[in-house]
Amino acid sequence: MILNRRHFIGTGLVAGGLLAAPMVLGQAKPKVVVIGGGAGGATAARYLARDGAGALDVTLVEANPVYTTCFFSNLYIGGFRDFESLQHGYDKVTAGGVTVITDTATAVDPAARTVTLAGGQVLDYDRLILSPGIDFREGSVPGWSLADAEVMPHAWKAGPQTRLLKSMVEAMPEGGTFAMVAPPNPYRCPPGPYERISMVAHLLKQTNPTAKILILDPKDKYSKQALFEEGWGKHYDGMIDWIGPEFGGGAVEVRPDTMEVVIEGEAQKVDCCNVIPGQMAGQIAAIAGVTDETGWAPVDPGSMKAKLDENIFVLGDSSAQGDMPKSAFSANSQAKVAAMAIRGELTGSKVFPAKYSNTCWSLIAPEDGVKVGASYEPTAEKIASVASFISDTGEDAALRKATYEESLGWYSGITADIFG
Amino acid sequence: MAARRAFLALILAVAGASAAAEEIGDAVRGEGLFQRQCLACHKVGPTAKNGVGPRLNGIFGRRAGGLADFKYSKSMARMGTDGLVWTLETLDAYIENPKALVSGTRMNYRGMADGQARADLLAFLREWSDRPQNIPEAEPTARRSTHDLDPAILAIRGDPAYGEYLASECQTCHRRDGADEGIPSITNWPEADFVVAMHGYKRGLRPHPVMQMMAGRLSDDEIAALAAYFATLE
Ligand SMILES: Cc1cc2nc3c(=O)[nH]c(=O)nc-3n(C[C@H](O)[C@H](O)[C@H](O)COP(=O)(O)OP(=O)(O)OC[C@H]3O[C@@H](n4cnc5c(N)ncnc54)[C@H](O)[C@@H]3O)c2cc1C
Ligand code: HEC
Ligand code: HEC
Repeated sequence: MILNRRHFIGTGLVAGGLLAAPMVLGQAKPKVVVIGGGAGGATAARYLARDGAGALDVTLVEANPVYTTCFFSNLYIGGFRDFESLQHGYDKVTAGGVTVITDTATAVDPAARTVTLAGGQVLDYDRLILSPGIDFREGSVPGWSLADAEVMPHAWKAGPQTRLLKSMVEAMPEGGTFAMVAPPNPYRCPPGPYERISMVAHLLKQTNPTAKILILDPKDKYSKQALFEEGWGKHYDGMIDWIGPEFGGGAVEVRPDTMEVVIEGEAQKVDCCNVIPGQMAGQIAAIAGVTDETGWAPVDPGSMKAKLDENIFVLGDSSAQGDMPKSAFSANSQAKVAAMAIRGELTGSKVFPAKYSNTCWSLIAPEDGVKVGASYEPTAEKIASVASFISDTGEDAALRKATYEESLGWYSGITADIFG
Repeated sequence: MAARRAFLALILAVAGASAAAEEIGDAVRGEGLFQRQCLACHKVGPTAKNGVGPRLNGIFGRRAGGLADFKYSKSMARMGTDGLVWTLETLDAYIENPKALVSGTRMNYRGMADGQARADLLAFLREWSDRPQNIPEAEPTARRSTHDLDPAILAIRGDPAYGEYLASECQTCHRRDGADEGIPSITNWPEADFVVAMHGYKRGLRPHPVMQMMAGRLSDDEIAALAAYFATLE
């Protein structure tokens, strides 16, 4: 017997015994609104439209007409990708049966179940998905505010900021200093700052080999540290100086006006400064009332449903779920679980046990790729890691090259999965 | 000519087969099998050269695709890079069903189903390892592995609807349209090959940390469901 998706609708068990009324004949289709067309949101919208096979009305609200991936944006800085290769439009999301609205959501009324857009439009929903990524915590780096991002870019949301940072690195004087203020935990993409350092070092090695790199870090250890340290020693010996909290890396002040960083009271002039501030859930999550005092939105580990509102699901960076890192891979993985859970609630389709996974690749130097990954399952309290792996130090060049090539395959695979 | 000479030397060595090798199987019988089924493509012995296939002396403990002077398939080279090493167990799996272990191998050989025959053949090849003393203690005397997949596992009928959900996890890396841009295509495979490949990762026969982890947490039913679903994708 061949079962296909359509036969499956309505035949299976209903999650939580919640068979929603909107399926009653003659009524409108159940409505799902998704805010944020990134790794989590676009995936969820597409899977809901596809697997819902017309039973659901799916609307995606995204502020930008074109999405620029943060993932692989460091490779653009290093000169391994062009900028356009990071950009993805929503044509295929639309073709997949999703109504895409280019606008910013400004308000959510959880009681009335409506979303208000900057343009004035009001959307009703039966279920709301929030995948708005991150916003920055004001004041997390003394001396820096978002208004200073033109002088000291964060480049932690990809787009014009990414280009600006690259052009600033390219414009550094000979022998100049690049400084990065690394973020405190938790933040999007744990190995990201260190991959960025590798790519900046690669770029400088070609054009400005006497330049120096300073990392000012509030953390005493970081993701893939042994692999990065080994790689930096091998490819960029003597160029990179990591200053952890023990040596004042944690309490850094910046002065955008004079291009200085102040470490333990001592001001130092730098030529380019990348400030990656502390982070929190994208603002709309707080507006919707699903975040707690940590600034992130706690979710049910089996479904990604917000703990604070039973009609809202939170995906990706904004969610506080447990062990999964804030990555595009995680957001994409969570989106599939949430899409299945929502479909189950609204159409009665079968709900299978949640499974999650993640792998993060980083490029250290040309053809020198490393990876870290894990699989996860929900427990009563959180999404918990069940198995994991990480590249070893001392791996041979052929394996590192294969790992890099695999990451290219992943980028192609995940962007096709997210955007069609 | 070269082949015949190598063969003479080989017969002498077999006469003095070690007790250890005998525990794997009957090397004399294995030699006959080698002549009939492998010799057209592979040579073995100290002076052996590459032919259609790579030379097989010193194969135990060698990395798959490990000879610099032989042009391997992309698939075999990838397996070697991932860390596949020829041992009693991996050789046994490869000879039983070459494509099950190395999907894209260009070794055009249908496989040897009979486990005893493979044991005999391996006992023979074992005689031609360059430095047998370097092979770990446990290796020569290790019991013939039972890596053959239980027919009951192959017989499971997968549920493609469950497979579709499980497959969403795979499609973060493996493109749904089957394009290979750095990660191999897994669409449209015969179901049995797919099942064998996944169990290869699950049991660690096939190297690769990501796939070992992915397959490691799938039950037999889940693997069957995935195979059923992927087989339906164009
Ligand atoms: C330098 C760098 C490198 C990275 N590398 C990797 C990597 O190699 N692998 C990996 O897996 N991850 C990587 N990441 C992390 C990854 O980019 C994020 O974790 C991922 O994008 C999170 O997905 P998301 O859906 O939560 O948010 P996003 O992808 O950021 O999507 C959020 C979207 O919501 C929109 N939005 C927000 N608020 C509103 C609103 N109110 N109304 C309308 N639209 C709104 C935004 O415009 C945005 O498009 C990297 C990140 C950085 C910064
Ligand atoms: C029709 C030719 C052919 C036959 C018959 C054949 N092989 Fe092969 N063999 C090859 C080729 C070609 C390769 C390289 C495969 C690749 O690159 O994917 C190979 C590879 C191998 C390898 C891996 C070697 C390495 O260096 O990694 C082993 C082991 C092997 N064969 C054993 C055997 C045995 C044992 C037999 C007989 C039972 C046999 N082969 C029969 C052609 C053949
Ligand atoms: C994180 C990325 C990733 C995910 C997720 C992933 N794979 Fe893979 N897969 C790979 C890579 C890389 C390879 C190549 C491995 C190798 O060299 O052996 C591979 C190989 C395979 C192969 C063997 C292909 C061949 O030609 O030998 C199969 C079959 C397979 N995967 C199935 C799956 C299934 C089924 C899933 C989901 C349950 C899955 N994969 C999830 C990355 C992934």
